[in-house]
Amino acid sequence: MKINHILGRGEWWFYTLVGLLCFFGFWYGVVAANVTPRQFLPTPHEVLLTFIKLLHEPFSGYTLLTHIVSSFKRFLYGFLLAVAIGIPLGLLMALSKWADRIITPFFESIRFVAPIAWIPFAALWFGTGIGGPILIIFMGAFPPVLINTYRGALYVDPKYIEAAQMLGSGKVRLMSQVLLPAAIPSIVAGLRISTGTGWQAMVGAELIVASSGVGYMMVNGQSNIRTDIVMSGMIAIGLVGLVIDILLRQAEKFSTRYQEI
Amino acid sequence: MAWYGLTEWSGLIAPFRFPSPAEAWNSLKIITFKGYGDGLLYQHVLQSVLLVTLGFLVSSSLGILLGILMGTNKRIEAFVNPIFLTLRPVPPLAWIPLAIVWLGLGDAAKIMVIFIAAFIPAVINTYTGVRSIEVPQREAAAMLGVKQLRYYREVILPGALPMIFTGLRLSLQASWTTLVAAELIGATFGLGSVLHQAAQDIYPGMILVGMFTVALCGWLMTLILAKAERWAMPWKPV
Repeated sequence: MKINHILGRGEWWFYTLVGLLCFFGFWYGVVAANVTPRQFLPTPHEVLLTFIKLLHEPFSGYTLLTHIVSSFKRFLYGFLLAVAIGIPLGLLMALSKWADRIITPFFESIRFVAPIAWIPFAALWFGTGIGGPILIIFMGAFPPVLINTYRGALYVDPKYIEAAQMLGSGKVRLMSQVLLPAAIPSIVAGLRISTGTGWQAMVGAELIVASSGVGYMMVNGQSNIRTDIVMSGMIAIGLVGLVIDILLRQAEKFSTRYQEI
Repeated sequence: MAWYGLTEWSGLIAPFRFPSPAEAWNSLKIITFKGYGDGLLYQHVLQSVLLVTLGFLVSSSLGILLGILMGTNKRIEAFVNPIFLTLRPVPPLAWIPLAIVWLGLGDAAKIMVIFIAAFIPAVINTYTGVRSIEVPQREAAAMLGVKQLRYYREVILPGALPMIFTGLRLSLQASWTTLVAAELIGATFGLGSVLHQAAQDIYPGMILVGMFTVALCGWLMTLILAKAERWAMPWKPV
């Protein structure tokens, strides 16, 4: 029996191409067989054409590019808010037993609520304004930031903390100059998770409470039974999510560059 | 206590913004005994939990199967990989509009999104788990003449199991979140639709009850999965 079957480069590409061909072939096949109306399932190139068309022709108010920008802005606000609160809070919890005891039960009870479940309150508090989606993105992005900061800071070698204390650094300095730098790799890993969960939460938020953004465009496409527009939205969301993930992965590599000694 | 003080005594937070404990308690009584959003609480819970369990079980078993195939056979990996890489960055929630266009507002659309949500983490983690089995271990098994089925059952599966369970946990979370979202967007029944209905009626007490129930069910399901994990891997230290 062959155990470590290693494919040659050519063979690998062959199967990859066959896989892609099968996927798109099947797609075209289903369309050509006319099992479903065109409206429900457009061909791949029709989706691509719609995607390109949406870039310069507005649908539900704006062009696709504007939708993407407004989605991204929302995401950024929610994410930055989560970072701005999550990192200091995580450090504080690692440093002080009291803070840990007060915040943990709160946090644990909130963490199990899916970010999407905040949508009704978001709608109640903010209407369809900018606040609602930001709250939901925040709820998605916050837990990984806090947890990873906390864990990262908690497992800092105690001798660094003791050394800093002996040298007379106060709590704020201890947090900003000892715990923070030591916890950076863990924090960045947390950020990467939280961009994923935050981005995901944003999609959910935009499907329900928003008047612009890619999710909003998709819902409009859905109610007009424009599958091509819905699919274009999925492509856009996937692409932007992918770019964010690649950026964070680079940051992750950068942040651990000292560790590989 | 802080909650009570802010809402009931001082009126610092208006009741239509956030419910007081008494109001939440009332809502809980109403939905449990009289029903809200076309059903009693347990009916909504049952609807949502059954859908998730069904979708999750079917999808993750297929996912594990595909993951093992991808991990052990390079040809299959090369064949499936590109399709997988194109679909992976699209979050499961983004499939909801498509599912609604295709399958309408009924259970079928929910099962489709749950399937997608649970499938991807199951495949990826199973694959990673199989790949993480060290080559000498496989070689030793082969040398000892372990044949096909036994090879999968006694070498590949146990070796990949820790990662498989990591994947299952992610799958379960993703399917639960996605189901609630799908029900919020379009459903006539289930916990998500309770939330949606409560938001429409501006009924903060019921929103809170809905959120609490969603969290509780999610937590309980995770707990059951953790039990299953311990049962499946008795050798793993707790």
